[in-house]
Amino acid sequence: MTRFIEFALAGLAQGFVYALVALGFVIIYKATEVINFAQGGLLTLGVYLVYNFTSGQSVPFPLAVVMSMIVTAGVALLFERLVLRRMLGNPVFAQVMVTIGLLFILQNLVIAIWGAEPLNLGDPWGISTISIGEVIIEVRDLWTAALAIGVLVVFFLFFRFSKLGLAMRATAVDQEAALAQGMSSRQVYMAAWGIAGATAAIAGVGVAAGATGVSPSVEFVALLAFPAIILGGIDSPLGAVIGGLIIGVTQSLTAGYQNELFPWLWAGFDDVMPFIVMVLVLLVRPYGLFGTPEIKRV
Amino acid sequence: MARQSPYLITNYGKDLRLFGSSWKRAGLLLLAALFVVLPLQLDDFWLSLLATVGVYAIGAVGLNLLTGYAGQVSLGHAFFFGVGAYCAAWFGGGNAVGTRDEILFLDLPMIVWLPLAGLIGAALGALVGPVALRLSGQYLAIVSIGLLFVGDWILLGWVSATNGSQGLRIAAEPSIGPVNFSDLNIFGSAFSPEQGEFWFVWTLVALVALLAKNIVRSRPGRALQAIRDRDVAAEIIGVNPARAKIGVFALSSGIAAVAGGIYGMIVVRTITPEIFTGFGGLVTSITFIAIIIVGGISTISGAIVGSLVVVTLRQVTSRFVDLLPFLKQTPNDDGLMLVGQFNLIVFGLLIIIFLLAEPLGLIALWRRVTTYFKAWPFSY
Repeated sequence: MTRFIEFALAGLAQGFVYALVALGFVIIYKATEVINFAQGGLLTLGVYLVYNFTSGQSVPFPLAVVMSMIVTAGVALLFERLVLRRMLGNPVFAQVMVTIGLLFILQNLVIAIWGAEPLNLGDPWGISTISIGEVIIEVRDLWTAALAIGVLVVFFLFFRFSKLGLAMRATAVDQEAALAQGMSSRQVYMAAWGIAGATAAIAGVGVAAGATGVSPSVEFVALLAFPAIILGGIDSPLGAVIGGLIIGVTQSLTAGYQNELFPWLWAGFDDVMPFIVMVLVLLVRPYGLFGTPEIKRV
Repeated sequence: MARQSPYLITNYGKDLRLFGSSWKRAGLLLLAALFVVLPLQLDDFWLSLLATVGVYAIGAVGLNLLTGYAGQVSLGHAFFFGVGAYCAAWFGGGNAVGTRDEILFLDLPMIVWLPLAGLIGAALGALVGPVALRLSGQYLAIVSIGLLFVGDWILLGWVSATNGSQGLRIAAEPSIGPVNFSDLNIFGSAFSPEQGEFWFVWTLVALVALLAKNIVRSRPGRALQAIRDRDVAAEIIGVNPARAKIGVFALSSGIAAVAGGIYGMIVVRTITPEIFTGFGGLVTSITFIAIIIVGGISTISGAIVGSLVVVTLRQVTSRFVDLLPFLKQTPNDDGLMLVGQFNLIVFGLLIIIFLLAEPLGLIALWRRVTTYFKAWPFSY
């Protein structure tokens, strides 16, 4: 039982990382109805910037994270302003492809600047652990969880109570009606990209605290977060967190019990599992657990 | 009696003709002449480059049927490309890199294994098809990324057949009966492997392009485009979306597998999982997408033109890296970035620039020029 709890907790920790990554996807989708494939690139950029500030300029870690959030948000804003703004009204396919283009540019620029070798973030959380009974919890996992919950709460408050948040919700529901009420879609799109960029930097730090460290494979985690957003419903922040947790726990349990329960399966099934869970859920609920069904009118 | 304009189309039969105008027929003759003459003129580097271009063109034609004509975005194309390559090794003959020797390789002739690879790819594509029925657009793009992960797991896990990350060496040769294109000998004059392979690959390109063109101008192709443009309306006028979507998935995957088989046999000869699955697979898939976007989405010739531009660009920067001082070949050399990364950045830029400036690709540019001359001296 202790093992099960430990696996589940490790899964939850990983799940919170996915949740953080997924929140960035959700906010852009909510405003623009485009899945931003470049989120993984923003993630990588964000975490390398943190590394750059802490190790190069010896800025204290929390400040470095904030600085990285600002720069990453700036890059995202710039992309929205220069490229995506001009693509409005184009087919979704074209807009998605443009974000894939950005993903390639960001990812490879990062490698060109900082190299492909894994770097060390300097262990900002410490490696200390807390034990409750026989269960051991790592402090860095608690930090990731706290960050994800914090971001979710901020998102909730923002969407619920701020004027811009309201404008974003309105634009997501009906762009024309929102425009008629005097809500600028341009502002909304820019805000969405800026927030997503800042979230990406936080999420990147969460990812880099885990097994990958500061390396280009941070982006890989963003690919694994796709099942989380689809599972939870692509336009629901709460769904993103719950989807992330489900994926994290399934992955961790698969990795933990695969050898005992399914010894005939090849190793590494935990990377496939999220996609299998996703396809199964999608076949039953095409818009995810918390997503809004798209109504087709003829 | 007034002479009719050659551009005036008065019936459907004319509209559907493959090579309608005399200009098109002349262009075709020119291409045929190039096909014969080029291998005799160019050196081996350019010939093998053009063979690579041809292989990617075949795969891109397949992806264009799926993405361009049927409107289904797939990032899993590299998976099916890989299926073909591994089939080439298993059925066409090969050996494992390293010390493993328990893998069973059949030495079937190419006329058997290449269609077999296509069939296996098509069968796997048909398995994915039903998922595509429920999902479309961005959802499908994400689910298809799952294929790359599944592929990674299979290729790395099924060591007794794939040799894991070390990969397989392909021994199969492009030969049909007594004619071996890698060792071509016609009437006593011997040709280099590059010359023979050029002819082989581009013959296949022509065949696949003809097949695709005939599909899109006939009933099933029109059904696909109807589904792409307005799926509910298409269903109402009697298009069966299940049949059309599963069919196009199978067809496109089959073509990708054929391209993958030739890619393994002629271009790389040693295949490893990182070309086809995982993040490397995503790169390969996106190379195909860049090709159809640059060339012209929803056109068969666009896939070929795009491949010519994108693949040539990639190979040429790798070849002439010394002339570009800001690039380096290995991480330890001087320079700003590795060639591979530079190429990917260029792909990203190409995708963005083309979608912003000319979403229908180079073919649309070409059409604009020809229309100008057709209509001259009037502006339209």
